[in-house]
Amino acid sequence: MFYFSPMSPDSVLSAPYVLEYTYRRSVGPVLGRFLAGLRDGRILGVATRAGRVLVPPQEYDPETGEAVGEMVEVSTRGEVASWAWMSEPRPGQPLERPFAWALVKLDGADTALLHVVDAGSPARMRTGMRVAARFRDERKGTIQDLVCFEPVAEGA
Amino acid sequence: MSDVVKGIKVPVRLAYTAIAGRDMTRFYQAIREGKLLGRRCPSCRKVYVPPRGPCPTCGVATVDEVAVRDTGTVTTFCIVNVPYEGQTMKLPYVYAMVLLDGADLPLPHLVQGLEADQVRMGLRVRASWAPEAERPASMEAIRWFEPSGEPDASYDSYREHL
Repeated sequence: MFYFSPMSPDSVLSAPYVLEYTYRRSVGPVLGRFLAGLRDGRILGVATRAGRVLVPPQEYDPETGEAVGEMVEVSTRGEVASWAWMSEPRPGQPLERPFAWALVKLDGADTALLHVVDAGSPARMRTGMRVAARFRDERKGTIQDLVCFEPVAEGA
Repeated sequence: MSDVVKGIKVPVRLAYTAIAGRDMTRFYQAIREGKLLGRRCPSCRKVYVPPRGPCPTCGVATVDEVAVRDTGTVTTFCIVNVPYEGQTMKLPYVYAMVLLDGADLPLPHLVQGLEADQVRMGLRVRASWAPEAERPASMEAIRWFEPSGEPDASYDSYREHL
């Protein structure tokens, strides 16, 4: 039950009404290691039998269905494979100022990670641009430990 | 490497603005004054409390405003034994369908003032109103229903209103 407050004497009543589900989920051994890596300021992928490195890691090779092998550390730098500009961020999104959603292919990885690029303006965004991860100072083992990616000079 | 992460918090939050609508606005304004208002269907003559706008059976707008009493009859009920987050009542407690005198459909509310295992179909109850100064524009303007002391209503008196 919720409380109504009048907007004006003759108008209909309205009230904020928030539905909230306080879910927790278990992440499994593979993502569990990936998140522990983020907490340590490192980005881990997983190697398939064919030698591809999946970042973020998956529990099975999406092409063959085979179990994956060892976790592999990749670079915290990479390039933007594709992107879309978010000009009006919504509550709860990674950044409060305009940013780019981006698929970032890190150096050493064969797949791309969906994250955000803090570029300031869409004019600074380009497919193939170089970016570097910015980590939070206080990390807890969640994807939010990675604040965003930032543009860096070509070749960096 | 530090310990593997076992789980993450992934809350889902949906923030709405609820609009009461014309009939429910009247209902909520009246309930703050200690009055219960319903609306009568012009076709089947049933009185809905709280009002619903249209009659769900006939599909026509409910026009006439009808005041009903704050006494009624427990038609059906359940005993809540399961704790959940945010619960304010002490277990076990009773949530009942209360057919207000003058209404044709029961409304759900708490029943207090007797042990849970003493609540029964046909129990006559009266609204326990929150103090007027603290009365919210919501069903919580009535804290709960409690026994009125009248003899139980006969099954025939509410069998058409279950």
